[in-house]
Amino acid sequence: MNIVVLVKQVPDTGAERTLSQADHLLDREDADLVLDEINERATEEALSLKESADAHITVVSMGPDSAREAIRKVLAMGADRGIHICDDRLRGADVLTTAKALAAAVRTVEDVDLVLAGDTTTDGRASAVPAVVADLLALPQVTHVRKLDVDAGRVRAERETENGEVTLDAPLPALVSVTEKINEPRYPSFKGIMAAKKKPVDTVDLDDLFPDADHTAFLVTRTRVLEAVPRPPRSAGTRITDDGSAGRQLAAYLIAQKLV
Amino acid sequence: MPDVLVLVDHDGERVNKTTYELLAAARRLGDPAAVVVGPPGTAARLRESLARYGATSVHAAEFAQAADFLVTPAVDALELAVSETSPAAVLVPATTDGREVAARLAARLDAGLLIDAVDLDSSGVVTQIVFGGSYTVRSQVTHGTPVITVRPGAFEPEELPGGAAEWTLVPPAVDPTTSARITDRRTVLAGDRPGLTEAAVVVSGGRGVGGAHGFEVVEELADAFGGAVGASRAAVDAGYYPHQFQVGQTGKSVSPQLYVALGISGAIQHLAGMQTSKTIVAVNKDPEAPILDLADYGVVGDLFAVTPQLTQEVAARRAVG
Repeated sequence: MNIVVLVKQVPDTGAERTLSQADHLLDREDADLVLDEINERATEEALSLKESADAHITVVSMGPDSAREAIRKVLAMGADRGIHICDDRLRGADVLTTAKALAAAVRTVEDVDLVLAGDTTTDGRASAVPAVVADLLALPQVTHVRKLDVDAGRVRAERETENGEVTLDAPLPALVSVTEKINEPRYPSFKGIMAAKKKPVDTVDLDDLFPDADHTAFLVTRTRVLEAVPRPPRSAGTRITDDGSAGRQLAAYLIAQKLV
Repeated sequence: MPDVLVLVDHDGERVNKTTYELLAAARRLGDPAAVVVGPPGTAARLRESLARYGATSVHAAEFAQAADFLVTPAVDALELAVSETSPAAVLVPATTDGREVAARLAARLDAGLLIDAVDLDSSGVVTQIVFGGSYTVRSQVTHGTPVITVRPGAFEPEELPGGAAEWTLVPPAVDPTTSARITDRRTVLAGDRPGLTEAAVVVSGGRGVGGAHGFEVVEELADAFGGAVGASRAAVDAGYYPHQFQVGQTGKSVSPQLYVALGISGAIQHLAGMQTSKTIVAVNKDPEAPILDLADYGVVGDLFAVTPQLTQEVAARRAVG
């Protein structure tokens, strides 16, 4: 079985994230970059499939040079090879362009049975790239999955969203995105980290992915940011220490604010 | 006026409130045209309510398989509706399914996609709040038919009684090799409470609640308000409350009129999911808890002493009101 895992390097949510004043893009120089946590769960799912069936795992990531670290981490967990989409012309890419580049990279892998991804990244939070990749590759989309079974050429999965839970069934090849609930990812072992250094990582650019395209008219985004304004931080209002009547005082405040 | 397509969010019998909000948003750009995707008979059941909330036309994409496959029937229907009506924009609710429908549609149209709009003006400029409330961004689509997902709760529904013209859309049959089939459905046990992202009041519990049993105090206050229950990641990770109620960076973003945080310290990931709430109230034993630094009203105290008192006052007030 051939599995492709899509991963993304994101700014650590534990640190402050800023937008550059010049181009309204994420200020990567100020950010602490990490492999998005949800991608470790997608990887874990691929690795557990590899343990039960013979599988080859390719990790694909788009991003600047630093994204190689995210790929290395997935290789250290146990993936077999990496594809790094790295091209300055992709800076600021939107959901569609990102998905197009990822889909083109997946097409370079032969006989793919399963594409695995996280359901949303902690930076963009569009929760949309996996669905677009499925559309572009004409694969069934099996997204927001908290339980996955792959057997006899089919995917059976439990999807959980705000509308409730559904059971999904689709033939392979398919695209699956996983939620935080699906598993507990493993840590890379020391042996895995050493082995990852020897695993192949191919770097590709737009000319490799779209050899026939006219790159002079290449659109990285179909939208324009007119303005990005930092919102003033909230400041503390009233603070009281409970003397036995705090519940009543709080109620009086909420009534005065017409919130009750 | 050009049409503005609105994908109708419904359960087969009733239109969800977010759709009325989207119809109000659509009016800023043109004539709201509702697109109903469902099994035969669905549009007839929904048409009157859609017309009452401002839809000037209802496009019915009805086929037996519509509810049997995930996302793709709506994408196919909207793609067809766009080619038949050349709309000024397509509005889709920013729900989990809606985001995926919108993104796939934008890909097929090679058009600009704007996610999670909280405001929209007549020139098509969209306001978004990003990075958990730390930036306000104004954007517009520069290529193709704008596809916009609209955050639930961002617009007020407007009643505009009138008639709605009917149209029929005939999308292609679903290809079962490229779509996932829904073989079973189970609704979530939200009970009578409103959805987390739609509620005017959200009461959330954190690790300070102490256990699953402790969440009863949180639920009682939420019910007194007629609000929704949320939980911090720490409470969810500890197994106190189900994941679908998690508020924060890796859970849901909420923006209610009132957010009540009980026993939540205020990790930056949690704040990212709720700091756009209009009013924030926090109760915490720890005077150093970061959430007290941004609460409009903070109480340092034991939530099990403070909350029942508050619940009683709120219930009494609402019983009178």
